[in-house]
Amino acid sequence: MNNWQNFTKGILKENPILVLVLGTCPTLATTSSAINGMSMGLATMFVLVLSNIAISLVAKIIPDKVRIPCYIVVIAAFVTIVDLLMQAYVPAIYATLGIFIPLIVVNCILLGRAESFASKNGALASAIDGLGMGVGYTLALTVLGAIREILGSLSVFGWKFAQGDGILLFVLAPGAFFGLAFLIALVKKINK
Amino acid sequence: MAKKESTLKSMTLVLFLITAISAAALAGVYMLTKEPIQASKDNKLKETVNVVVPGADNAEIETKIIPAIDGTGDLSFYFVKKDGKTIGTAVQTFSNNGFGGTILIMVGFDENGNIIDSDVVEHHETPGLGNKSAKSVSNWNEQFKGKNPQNDNFKVNKDGGEIDAITAATISSRAYIDAIKRASDTFKNYQNSLVNNNEIKEEQNNE
Repeated sequence: MNNWQNFTKGILKENPILVLVLGTCPTLATTSSAINGMSMGLATMFVLVLSNIAISLVAKIIPDKVRIPCYIVVIAAFVTIVDLLMQAYVPAIYATLGIFIPLIVVNCILLGRAESFASKNGALASAIDGLGMGVGYTLALTVLGAIREILGSLSVFGWKFAQGDGILLFVLAPGAFFGLAFLIALVKKINK
Repeated sequence: MAKKESTLKSMTLVLFLITAISAAALAGVYMLTKEPIQASKDNKLKETVNVVVPGADNAEIETKIIPAIDGTGDLSFYFVKKDGKTIGTAVQTFSNNGFGGTILIMVGFDENGNIIDSDVVEHHETPGLGNKSAKSVSNWNEQFKGKNPQNDNFKVNKDGGEIDAITAATISSRAYIDAIKRASDTFKNYQNSLVNNNEIKEEQNNE
Protein backbone atom coordinates (compact mmCIF):
# COMPACT_ATOMS: atom_id res chain seq x y z
CA MET A 1 0.00 0.00 0.00
CA ASN A 2 1.53 3.32 -0.98
CA ASN A 3 1.32 6.48 1.06
CA TRP A 4 -1.48 8.02 -1.00
CA GLN A 5 -3.73 4.98 -0.63
CA ASN A 6 -2.78 4.88 3.02
CA PHE A 7 -3.98 8.46 3.37
CA THR A 8 -7.18 8.23 1.33
CA LYS A 9 -8.46 5.01 2.83
CA GLY A 10 -9.43 6.89 6.01
CA ILE A 11 -11.60 9.33 4.08
CA LEU A 12 -14.06 7.01 2.40
CA LYS A 13 -13.12 3.33 2.25
CA GLU A 14 -12.28 2.93 5.93
CA ASN A 15 -13.84 6.10 7.32
CA PRO A 16 -13.63 5.69 11.11
CA ILE A 17 -17.16 6.92 11.74
CA LEU A 18 -19.11 5.92 8.67
CA VAL A 19 -17.52 2.55 7.88
CA LEU A 20 -15.66 1.33 10.97
CA VAL A 21 -18.29 3.00 13.22
CA LEU A 22 -15.75 3.79 15.92
CA GLY A 23 -16.01 6.69 18.35
CA THR A 24 -19.69 7.34 17.83
CA CYS A 25 -20.25 8.75 21.34
CA PRO A 26 -18.37 12.04 20.78
CA THR A 27 -19.72 12.08 17.22
CA LEU A 28 -23.32 12.11 18.37
CA ALA A 29 -22.65 14.51 21.23
CA THR A 30 -20.58 17.22 19.54
CA THR A 31 -22.18 17.59 16.11
CA SER A 32 -24.97 19.99 17.04
CA SER A 33 -23.39 22.49 14.62
CA ALA A 34 -20.87 22.32 11.78
CA ILE A 35 -18.25 24.36 13.60
CA ASN A 36 -18.46 22.18 16.73
CA GLY A 37 -18.13 19.01 14.67
CA MET A 38 -15.15 20.41 12.80
CA SER A 39 -13.34 21.56 15.95
CA MET A 40 -13.85 18.19 17.60
CA GLY A 41 -12.60 16.49 14.42
CA LEU A 42 -9.49 18.67 14.24
CA ALA A 43 -8.68 18.15 17.93
CA THR A 44 -9.03 14.40 17.48
CA MET A 45 -6.92 14.46 14.32
CA PHE A 46 -4.14 16.30 16.12
CA VAL A 47 -4.08 13.76 18.94
CA LEU A 48 -4.41 10.86 16.49
CA VAL A 49 -1.39 11.88 14.40
CA LEU A 50 0.80 12.53 17.45
CA SER A 51 -0.20 9.37 19.29
CA ASN A 52 0.22 7.28 16.14
CA ILE A 53 3.76 8.61 15.64
CA ALA A 54 4.70 8.17 19.29
CA ILE A 55 3.29 4.68 19.49
CA SER A 56 4.91 3.52 16.27
CA LEU A 57 8.25 4.68 17.64
CA VAL A 58 7.98 2.95 21.00
CA ALA A 59 6.00 -0.12 19.90
CA LYS A 60 9.16 -2.22 19.52
CA ILE A 61 10.25 -1.81 23.12
CA ILE A 62 6.80 -2.30 24.66
CA PRO A 63 6.25 -5.77 26.08
CA ASP A 64 3.10 -7.31 24.68
CA LYS A 65 1.28 -7.67 27.99
CA VAL A 66 1.48 -4.00 28.98
CA ARG A 67 0.87 -2.53 25.53
CA ILE A 68 -2.69 -1.33 26.19
CA PRO A 69 -1.79 0.62 29.37
CA CYS A 70 1.19 2.11 27.54
CA TYR A 71 -0.95 3.22 24.60
CA ILE A 72 -3.54 4.72 26.93
CA VAL A 73 -0.88 6.69 28.84
CA VAL A 74 0.56 8.07 25.59
CA ILE A 75 -2.91 8.99 24.27
CA ALA A 76 -4.01 10.50 27.59
CA ALA A 77 -0.86 12.64 27.72
CA PHE A 78 -1.48 14.06 24.25
CA VAL A 79 -5.17 14.67 25.00
CA THR A 80 -4.30 16.59 28.15
CA ILE A 81 -1.77 18.65 26.18
CA VAL A 82 -4.46 19.53 23.61
CA ASP A 83 -6.87 20.28 26.45
CA LEU A 84 -4.45 22.71 28.09
CA LEU A 85 -3.46 24.35 24.81
CA MET A 86 -7.10 24.90 23.82
CA GLN A 87 -7.91 26.34 27.23
CA ALA A 88 -5.04 28.76 26.87
CA TYR A 89 -5.32 29.88 23.25
CA VAL A 90 -8.86 29.21 21.96
CA PRO A 91 -11.08 29.65 25.04
CA ALA A 92 -14.20 30.24 22.92
CA ILE A 93 -14.00 26.82 21.28
CA TYR A 94 -12.95 25.29 24.57
CA ALA A 95 -16.15 26.61 26.16
CA THR A 96 -18.28 24.51 23.79
CA LEU A 97 -16.05 21.46 23.46
CA GLY A 98 -14.39 21.48 26.87
CA ILE A 99 -16.26 18.54 28.28
CA PHE A 100 -15.70 16.39 25.20
CA ILE A 101 -11.93 16.85 24.94
CA PRO A 102 -11.11 14.46 27.80
CA LEU A 103 -13.41 11.98 26.04
CA ILE A 104 -10.89 11.71 23.20
CA VAL A 105 -8.88 9.48 25.56
CA VAL A 106 -11.53 6.79 25.39
CA ASN A 107 -12.29 7.38 21.73
CA CYS A 108 -11.97 3.95 20.16
CA ILE A 109 -10.43 5.38 16.99
CA LEU A 110 -7.19 6.27 18.75
CA LEU A 111 -6.71 2.98 20.53
CA GLY A 112 -7.95 1.15 17.45
CA ARG A 113 -5.39 2.79 15.15
CA ALA A 114 -2.65 2.35 17.75
CA GLU A 115 -3.38 -1.34 18.07
CA SER A 116 -4.12 -2.21 14.46
CA PHE A 117 -1.82 0.14 12.55
CA ALA A 118 0.74 2.19 14.46
CA SER A 119 2.13 -0.74 16.45
CA LYS A 120 2.90 -2.64 13.22
CA ASN A 121 4.13 0.18 10.94
CA GLY A 122 6.79 2.84 10.83
CA ALA A 123 6.48 6.43 12.02
CA LEU A 124 5.81 7.98 8.60
CA ALA A 125 3.16 5.45 7.58
CA SER A 126 1.52 5.82 11.00
CA ALA A 127 1.50 9.59 10.74
CA ILE A 128 -0.12 9.37 7.29
CA ASP A 129 -2.62 6.82 8.58
CA GLY A 130 -3.47 9.12 11.50
CA LEU A 131 -3.79 12.10 9.17
CA GLY A 132 -6.08 10.21 6.77
CA MET A 133 -8.22 8.83 9.57
CA GLY A 134 -8.32 12.28 11.16
CA VAL A 135 -9.39 13.95 7.92
CA GLY A 136 -12.08 11.29 7.44
CA TYR A 137 -13.27 11.77 11.00
CA THR A 138 -13.28 15.57 10.67
CA LEU A 139 -15.17 15.40 7.36
CA ALA A 140 -17.78 13.04 8.76
CA LEU A 141 -18.28 15.21 11.84
CA THR A 142 -18.42 18.43 9.83
CA VAL A 143 -20.94 17.04 7.34
CA LEU A 144 -23.10 15.60 10.12
CA GLY A 145 -22.86 18.86 12.06
CA ALA A 146 -23.76 20.87 8.96
CA ILE A 147 -26.79 18.70 8.20
CA ARG A 148 -28.05 19.03 11.76
CA GLU A 149 -27.38 22.78 11.81
CA ILE A 150 -29.09 23.36 8.45
CA LEU A 151 -32.21 21.42 9.40
CA GLY A 152 -32.28 22.36 13.07
CA SER A 153 -31.18 26.00 13.24
CA LEU A 154 -31.45 27.10 9.57
CA SER A 155 -27.80 28.14 9.51
CA VAL A 156 -24.41 26.91 8.24
CA PHE A 157 -21.19 27.52 10.22
CA GLY A 158 -23.17 30.01 12.33
CA TRP A 159 -24.41 31.96 9.28
CA LYS A 160 -28.21 32.09 9.37
CA PHE A 161 -29.76 31.77 5.89
CA ALA A 162 -33.42 31.92 6.89
CA GLN A 163 -35.50 33.26 9.73
CA GLY A 164 -37.28 30.97 12.14
CA ASP A 165 -36.48 27.92 14.24
CA GLY A 166 -36.06 24.94 11.90
CA ILE A 167 -36.69 21.36 12.90
CA LEU A 168 -35.66 21.41 16.52
CA LEU A 169 -35.34 17.63 16.65
CA PHE A 170 -32.16 17.75 14.59
CA VAL A 171 -30.27 19.83 17.13
CA LEU A 172 -31.33 17.44 19.88
CA ALA A 173 -29.94 13.93 20.39
CA PRO A 174 -32.36 12.03 18.09
CA GLY A 175 -31.31 14.20 15.14
CA ALA A 176 -27.73 12.98 15.61
CA PHE A 177 -28.86 9.35 15.28
CA PHE A 178 -30.98 10.10 12.20
CA GLY A 179 -28.22 12.07 10.53
CA LEU A 180 -25.55 9.47 11.28
CA ALA A 181 -27.76 6.64 10.06
CA PHE A 182 -28.40 8.33 6.71
CA LEU A 183 -24.72 9.19 6.28
CA ILE A 184 -23.69 5.58 6.95
CA ALA A 185 -26.25 4.34 4.45
CA LEU A 186 -25.03 6.83 1.86
CA VAL A 187 -21.35 5.92 2.28
CA LYS A 188 -22.22 2.23 2.12
CA LYS A 189 -23.91 2.86 -1.22
CA ILE A 190 -20.90 4.82 -2.55
CA ASN A 191 -18.38 2.21 -1.41
CA LYS A 192 -20.24 -0.66 -3.06
CA MET B 1 6.69 -8.33 14.03
CA ALA B 2 8.37 -9.99 16.96
CA LYS B 3 7.00 -8.64 20.21
CA LYS B 4 9.33 -8.13 23.08
CA GLU B 5 9.01 -10.78 25.72
CA SER B 6 6.91 -9.78 28.72
CA THR B 7 8.90 -10.31 31.88
CA LEU B 8 8.10 -8.57 35.13
CA LYS B 9 11.29 -6.55 34.83
CA SER B 10 10.74 -5.37 31.26
CA MET B 11 7.05 -4.60 31.82
CA THR B 12 7.74 -2.54 34.94
CA LEU B 13 10.62 -0.70 33.34
CA VAL B 14 8.81 0.19 30.11
CA LEU B 15 5.57 1.24 31.76
CA PHE B 16 7.52 3.31 34.27
CA LEU B 17 9.55 5.00 31.55
CA ILE B 18 6.50 5.84 29.45
CA THR B 19 4.55 7.26 32.38
CA ALA B 20 7.59 9.23 33.54
CA ILE B 21 8.15 10.78 30.12
CA SER B 22 4.44 11.57 29.77
CA ALA B 23 4.36 13.16 33.21
CA ALA B 24 7.38 15.31 32.37
CA ALA B 25 5.82 16.44 29.08
CA LEU B 26 2.56 17.31 30.85
CA ALA B 27 4.35 19.26 33.55
CA GLY B 28 6.11 21.27 30.87
CA VAL B 29 2.94 22.09 28.94
CA TYR B 30 1.13 22.90 32.19
CA MET B 31 3.76 25.44 33.17
CA LEU B 32 3.76 26.88 29.68
CA THR B 33 -0.02 27.33 29.52
CA LYS B 34 -0.66 28.27 33.14
CA GLU B 35 -0.44 32.01 32.59
CA PRO B 36 -2.43 32.19 29.32
CA ILE B 37 -5.16 30.03 30.88
CA GLN B 38 -5.40 32.29 33.92
CA ALA B 39 -5.38 35.37 31.67
CA SER B 40 -8.15 34.00 29.46
CA LYS B 41 -10.19 33.11 32.55
CA ASP B 42 -9.77 36.61 33.96
CA ASN B 43 -10.69 38.04 30.59
CA LYS B 44 -13.78 35.88 30.36
CA LEU B 45 -14.84 36.96 33.85
CA LYS B 46 -14.38 40.63 33.00
CA GLU B 47 -16.39 40.14 29.82
CA THR B 48 -19.28 38.45 31.61
CA VAL B 49 -19.26 41.02 34.39
CA ASN B 50 -19.12 43.79 31.80
CA VAL B 51 -22.36 42.53 30.23
CA VAL B 52 -24.29 42.97 33.46
CA VAL B 53 -22.40 45.98 34.86
CA PRO B 54 -21.31 48.09 31.87
CA GLY B 55 -17.93 49.72 32.42
CA ALA B 56 -16.47 46.78 34.31
CA ASP B 57 -13.94 46.05 31.58
CA ASN B 58 -11.76 48.96 32.67
CA ALA B 59 -12.56 48.99 36.37
CA GLU B 60 -11.34 47.22 39.47
CA ILE B 61 -13.18 44.03 40.36
CA GLU B 62 -13.23 42.85 43.94
CA THR B 63 -14.34 39.26 44.42
CA LYS B 64 -16.09 37.89 47.47
CA ILE B 65 -17.70 34.49 48.04
CA ILE B 66 -20.89 34.87 50.06
CA PRO B 67 -23.14 31.95 51.07
CA ALA B 68 -26.66 32.19 49.65
CA ILE B 69 -29.19 33.35 52.24
CA ASP B 70 -31.26 30.17 51.87
CA GLY B 71 -28.19 28.01 52.51
CA THR B 72 -28.26 26.26 49.12
CA GLY B 73 -24.73 27.14 48.11
CA ASP B 74 -22.17 29.88 47.61
CA LEU B 75 -22.59 32.89 45.35
CA SER B 76 -19.71 34.88 43.88
CA PHE B 77 -20.02 38.63 44.33
CA TYR B 78 -18.01 40.92 42.07
CA PHE B 79 -17.92 44.50 43.31
CA VAL B 80 -17.09 46.73 40.37
CA LYS B 81 -15.19 49.80 41.54
CA LYS B 82 -14.19 52.82 39.53
CA ASP B 83 -12.13 55.55 41.21
CA GLY B 84 -12.96 54.02 44.59
CA LYS B 85 -16.70 54.18 43.95
CA THR B 86 -18.81 51.06 43.54
CA ILE B 87 -20.60 51.38 40.19
CA GLY B 88 -22.40 48.09 40.48
CA THR B 89 -22.31 44.60 41.92
CA ALA B 90 -22.33 41.55 39.71
CA VAL B 91 -23.47 38.33 41.32
CA GLN B 92 -22.92 34.91 39.84
CA THR B 93 -25.91 32.96 41.00
CA PHE B 94 -27.54 29.66 40.18
CA SER B 95 -30.77 27.74 40.15
CA ASN B 96 -31.16 23.99 40.41
CA ASN B 97 -34.65 24.14 38.91
CA GLY B 98 -33.64 24.41 35.27
CA PHE B 99 -35.11 22.02 32.73
CA GLY B 100 -31.66 20.60 32.11
CA GLY B 101 -30.31 20.87 35.68
CA THR B 102 -28.30 23.70 37.14
CA ILE B 103 -28.30 27.10 35.43
CA LEU B 104 -25.58 29.65 36.19
CA ILE B 105 -26.60 33.28 35.81
CA MET B 106 -24.70 36.54 36.17
CA VAL B 107 -26.79 39.47 37.36
CA GLY B 108 -25.75 43.05 38.04
CA PHE B 109 -27.36 45.23 40.72
CA ASP B 110 -27.08 48.95 41.33
CA GLU B 111 -26.86 50.23 44.92
CA ASN B 112 -30.67 50.16 45.29
CA GLY B 113 -30.85 46.50 44.35
CA ASN B 114 -32.35 47.17 40.93
CA ILE B 115 -31.21 44.92 38.12
CA ILE B 116 -28.79 46.60 35.72
CA ASP B 117 -28.72 43.61 33.41
CA SER B 118 -28.45 39.82 33.53
CA ASP B 119 -27.33 36.94 31.36
CA VAL B 120 -26.81 33.19 31.40
CA VAL B 121 -23.26 32.00 32.11
CA GLU B 122 -23.85 28.28 31.72
CA HIS B 123 -26.95 26.22 31.08
CA HIS B 124 -28.17 22.91 29.69
CA GLU B 125 -31.60 24.07 28.55
CA THR B 126 -33.27 22.83 25.38
CA PRO B 127 -31.93 24.48 22.21
CA GLY B 128 -34.64 26.58 20.58
CA LEU B 129 -36.70 26.79 23.76
CA GLY B 130 -35.07 27.29 27.18
CA ASN B 131 -31.81 28.54 25.68
CA LYS B 132 -33.63 31.71 24.64
CA SER B 133 -32.88 32.93 28.15
CA ALA B 134 -29.33 33.66 26.93
CA LYS B 135 -28.54 37.00 25.30
CA SER B 136 -26.72 35.26 22.47
CA VAL B 137 -29.98 33.56 21.42
CA SER B 138 -32.78 36.06 22.04
CA ASN B 139 -33.48 39.38 23.72
CA TRP B 140 -35.83 37.79 26.28
CA ASN B 141 -33.79 38.75 29.34
CA GLU B 142 -33.81 42.47 28.37
CA GLN B 143 -37.14 42.81 30.22
CA PHE B 144 -35.37 42.36 33.57
CA LYS B 145 -33.47 45.64 33.20
CA GLY B 146 -34.37 48.12 35.93
CA LYS B 147 -36.67 45.72 37.78
CA ASN B 148 -36.27 45.07 41.48
CA PRO B 149 -36.54 41.38 42.39
CA GLN B 150 -37.77 42.33 45.87
CA ASN B 151 -41.11 43.40 44.34
CA ASP B 152 -43.97 40.97 44.79
CA ASN B 153 -44.70 40.72 41.08
CA PHE B 154 -41.20 39.46 40.19
CA LYS B 155 -42.68 36.20 38.88
CA VAL B 156 -43.71 34.83 35.50
CA ASN B 157 -47.19 35.95 34.45
CA LYS B 158 -48.46 32.38 34.80
CA ASP B 159 -47.74 32.69 38.54
CA GLY B 160 -49.39 36.11 38.72
CA GLY B 161 -46.27 38.18 38.13
CA GLU B 162 -45.15 40.65 35.50
CA ILE B 163 -42.38 38.70 33.75
CA ASP B 164 -43.23 37.30 30.34
CA ALA B 165 -42.09 33.68 30.33
CA ILE B 166 -40.38 32.23 27.25
CA THR B 167 -43.03 30.53 25.13
CA ALA B 168 -43.02 26.78 25.88
CA ALA B 169 -40.21 27.20 28.41
CA THR B 170 -41.89 28.29 31.62
CA ILE B 171 -39.63 26.02 33.68
CA SER B 172 -36.47 27.66 32.31
CA SER B 173 -38.01 31.11 32.88
CA ARG B 174 -38.92 30.24 36.47
CA ALA B 175 -35.40 28.94 37.09
CA TYR B 176 -33.94 32.18 35.74
CA ILE B 177 -36.13 34.19 38.10
CA ASP B 178 -35.32 31.82 40.97
CA ALA B 179 -31.60 32.39 40.43
CA ILE B 180 -31.96 36.18 40.31
CA LYS B 181 -34.17 36.17 43.41
CA ARG B 182 -31.54 34.17 45.29
CA ALA B 183 -28.89 36.72 44.29
CA SER B 184 -31.13 39.64 45.20
CA ASP B 185 -32.04 38.28 48.64
CA THR B 186 -28.41 37.55 49.43
CA PHE B 187 -27.34 40.97 48.13
CA LYS B 188 -29.99 42.75 50.26
CA ASN B 189 -28.95 40.78 53.33
CA TYR B 190 -25.29 41.65 52.67
CA GLN B 191 -26.11 45.35 52.30
CA ASN B 192 -28.15 45.32 55.52
CA SER B 193 -25.31 43.65 57.41
CA LEU B 194 -22.95 46.38 56.17
CA VAL B 195 -25.36 49.09 57.36
CA ASN B 196 -25.77 47.39 60.74
CA ASN B 197 -22.02 47.10 61.14
CA ASN B 198 -21.62 50.79 60.39
CA GLU B 199 -24.34 51.70 62.89
CA ILE B 200 -22.67 49.61 65.58
CA LYS B 201 -19.36 51.30 64.80
CA GLU B 202 -20.98 54.72 64.99
CA GLU B 203 -22.64 53.92 68.30
CA GLN B 204 -19.32 52.77 69.69
CA ASN B 205 -17.74 55.99 68.49
CA ASN B 206 -20.46 58.05 70.17
CA GLU B 207 -19.96 56.36 73.51
